[in-house]
Amino acid sequence: MPDTGLSLDDISKLLVWTAVAIYTLAFMAYAIDLARRSDQAAKMKDVATARTLVGVASGGRSQTIDEVRAEEADAQTQLEAGLGSRRRYLWARIGTSLTVLGFLFHVGGDVLRGIAAERVPWSNMYEFALTGTMLIVAVYLVVLFRYDLRFLGSFVTGLTIVLLGGAILAYYVEVVPLADPLKSVWLVIHVFVASLATAFLALAFALSVLQLMQSRRERLAIAALDADEGDKPRRQGPRFLRTLPSADALESLAYRFTIIGFIFWTFTLIAGSIWANDAWGRYWGFDTKEVWTFVVWVLYAGYIHARATRGWRGTRSAWLSIVGFSAVMFNFTIVNQFFKGLHVYSGLN
Amino acid sequence: MSNSRSDGSSGRTDPLRPSDHADAAAPAADGITQPALGVVGWLRWAWRQLTSMRTALVLLLMLAVAAIPGSIVPQRSADPNGVSQFRVDNPDLFPILDGMQLFDVYTSAWFSAIYILLFISLIGCVIPRTKHHWQALRARPPRTPVRLARLDDHAEVVVPVAAGDDAVVAAGRAVDLAQAQLKRAGYRVERYDRGDVASVSAERGYLRETGNLVFHGALVGVLIAVGIGGGLTYTGQTVITEGSSFVNSPGLGYTSFNPGRFVDTGALPPYTVTLDSFDVTYTPLGEQGQGQAGDFAAHVTVQEPGEQPEEGSIRVNHPLGVAGERLYLMGNGYAPSITVRNPDGEVVYREDVEFLPQDANMTSLGVVKVPDGLAQQVGLVGFFYPSAANLATGAISSAFGDLLNPLLTLDVYVGDLGIDDGTPRNVYALDTGDMTQLTGRAIDVDSIELAPGQTSDLPDGLGTITFEDATQQGAPEAVKRYVSLSVHRDVGAPWVLGFAVLALAGLLAALFVPRRRMWVKATPTGGALHIEYAGLARGEDPAIATAVAQLAREHGEALAGAGAGAGAGAGAGAGAGAGADREGRPGDPASETPPKVD
Ligand code: HEM
Repeated sequence: MPDTGLSLDDISKLLVWTAVAIYTLAFMAYAIDLARRSDQAAKMKDVATARTLVGVASGGRSQTIDEVRAEEADAQTQLEAGLGSRRRYLWARIGTSLTVLGFLFHVGGDVLRGIAAERVPWSNMYEFALTGTMLIVAVYLVVLFRYDLRFLGSFVTGLTIVLLGGAILAYYVEVVPLADPLKSVWLVIHVFVASLATAFLALAFALSVLQLMQSRRERLAIAALDADEGDKPRRQGPRFLRTLPSADALESLAYRFTIIGFIFWTFTLIAGSIWANDAWGRYWGFDTKEVWTFVVWVLYAGYIHARATRGWRGTRSAWLSIVGFSAVMFNFTIVNQFFKGLHVYSGLN
Repeated sequence: MSNSRSDGSSGRTDPLRPSDHADAAAPAADGITQPALGVVGWLRWAWRQLTSMRTALVLLLMLAVAAIPGSIVPQRSADPNGVSQFRVDNPDLFPILDGMQLFDVYTSAWFSAIYILLFISLIGCVIPRTKHHWQALRARPPRTPVRLARLDDHAEVVVPVAAGDDAVVAAGRAVDLAQAQLKRAGYRVERYDRGDVASVSAERGYLRETGNLVFHGALVGVLIAVGIGGGLTYTGQTVITEGSSFVNSPGLGYTSFNPGRFVDTGALPPYTVTLDSFDVTYTPLGEQGQGQAGDFAAHVTVQEPGEQPEEGSIRVNHPLGVAGERLYLMGNGYAPSITVRNPDGEVVYREDVEFLPQDANMTSLGVVKVPDGLAQQVGLVGFFYPSAANLATGAISSAFGDLLNPLLTLDVYVGDLGIDDGTPRNVYALDTGDMTQLTGRAIDVDSIELAPGQTSDLPDGLGTITFEDATQQGAPEAVKRYVSLSVHRDVGAPWVLGFAVLALAGLLAALFVPRRRMWVKATPTGGALHIEYAGLARGEDPAIATAVAQLAREHGEALAGAGAGAGAGAGAGAGAGAGADREGRPGDPASETPPKVD
């Protein structure tokens, strides 16, 4: 590089920092949205339909199960509404616009890093985090065309801020030539698909968490049916839950994201074995990273089974999804850095 | 958002699934009180438990948990040095963990027990399902339910019959259209006309269950291929210095050789591999990532008996295939050529000694053992620095991996090398227990330092030692390089891959092919036809509602197009809203926009 003061990689870093800053704003907008949306939804519904949900807007009082169900049915409509006919949550719109803007900077930073390094920008932990979070945001934005998942916005931007900010601070390494074992088409395929799987599993994870919260709310509402006026449970969880679909619907959606993530993960496992066979002379050796990839795969196979097993649907399977994603994150952060193994690509010392 | 739970309305139990499958009917309450069981009864009960979904699930979770310790504790298979180190570091803990097979997790009794049980469960699960599925594949779609309106996904319209047209005939024609339409959409169809009422029953998505069975079956295939393949696999390690050769025979060429149980070690393909040269490039100083080595390439000549010698190269990620085996490049280093002479100038030792790299700049450690020819047995331990540089402390280290300033330093020991009694000794280590040190820091005598081409006296007039300049023997560089290769033959691997890909294909079908039943029923009512559409998802099927709506819409269009008895009548169905089931699907087109027929 001639001395222009800034190298491509410096510019990339600048763009990434900018993206983090914008995502932070988006996160705040989404958080405000969640805080406000239950009131707003109630108001709009009152205006829009003759159907009145008595007392929904009044704070504090616990709701009956019928009220909960009516809200959930409405939320279901909202979830699947086309782009044009969605409820106009102002702050969610701001959040999404900011996310798109942040994403553009993010893509710019990622692409420049690739150009600076003259290879795909996912060859060490820093780059993997850079591209991985980019894919999480990309999948989220693409899915928005199909489902109104803006209630996941604060999760998606929050996770991205933590991972991306953490990656710049803790994992940043300068561009160095690729180590020999990484010079393979399988780097391009295997790692990219793994990131893509992670993106889908992240969304599923968030939906499973919401599912648990929603099912608690439904439980409390049902419990309230039998309780006396005096000792009705008061709190049913955060109020934005009122604008979310039923626990069932959230579970079903989480499942759909999970099976896509699972397919990609299965592919990652197979592609990784092919690569290992070329690089190390065996397709499988229970190297630490291989162990954890396997553990994650088996956990999600367990999740899929749980969804099909009586007594395991619902809350239990949601916990499996949460455990599964925790293992994915563990695999990426802790295993890469602290476990001894052949997969020494973190680029850190 | 239909899921299989809402299928309950059909009151169906699915014989294709274990009894605790979410879709299966709940067990009758009295099923819990077990009647007195005979031995056969108990066995049958145990088998049913083992092949239940819950057992499979619990075993899967146990498998996940059981795999974890192997990533925390070093494993003999993946990291034997780590295990030795662990033993040194934790002498008390080691035997306990070893007793629990924690250094061999993946071959341990408990890990094996889990996956063997899991696979027995799997086979016990898959075989009956395969049988049922085989029958289902040849069965006809089921009878049209009497009350379609009870199904979750349901729509209906009332279409007037054109004047002069017979309503019964019109009903038949309308269902004919639907039947053709469903058939085009890949459904298997069956007519069930009863009296005046015409109906068609359609089913699609058998591929879903096929995919599921293929997936589970392929997992068994993977396991078998791994098991049998492992017995037929062998791996061997060898080291070749530039200019020398390796003979593919366990007795001759290998430093270590691990054959699987069924390998005939006498039948390895006989060939020799000569290392012509080893290439490596280093990122120059002053550049990003300076000193980093890469582009390793071992250029070799392979000689198979009775054939022309062939040149090839072995690179990282690009093993060389020879006679069904694959040669992998595992490591590299320097092998200084060392000559030791006795005081009379006779050569008593001459070898290319492989030094083991200790750091990224190839500071390497090596051992020379001279058992015979000198006044005493002599052992030398020393370092080789390809680019020697003095540290501030006065110690030497290598500053770069390439040969910029090669230097060899050696400490001399005399005494008993410990090799006379035939005990095998590691050639890369010197046991100095019975030896006396003659040079080195520890005793404040300068070590021997040699650059290529230099000769130095050994202490006590033992003789001389020369660090040969290898270019004199025609080598490309002053110091020869060596490579460590790994030779593998794994006949199972392609099978494992094949089954894994099959599993992936099965999984795609099992997860994404919707399996559903559809019905279209036309009932003549006076001067009109009452047409009902209904769908039933079998398993996860997020699109069923849309599919029913689409069927109704397209059928309406087809009816209008054919003018099939339907006059201009757009008596769009009053009851279409009934499609909104208990879960309420107000956004669902089936309930919002009744099929238009005009
Ligand atoms: C090696 C162990 C196993 C793994 C990794 C595994 C994995 C999976 C996966 C990924 C699925 C979802 C894809 C599909 O529907 O085909 C699935 C489904 C299924 N598995 Fe397994 N499985 C295993 C063992 C078993 C066993 C032992 C049983 C029988 C008890 C079983 C019964 C089923 C059934 C019935 C389904 C269909 C679930 C549904 O209706 O959604 N599996 N399995």
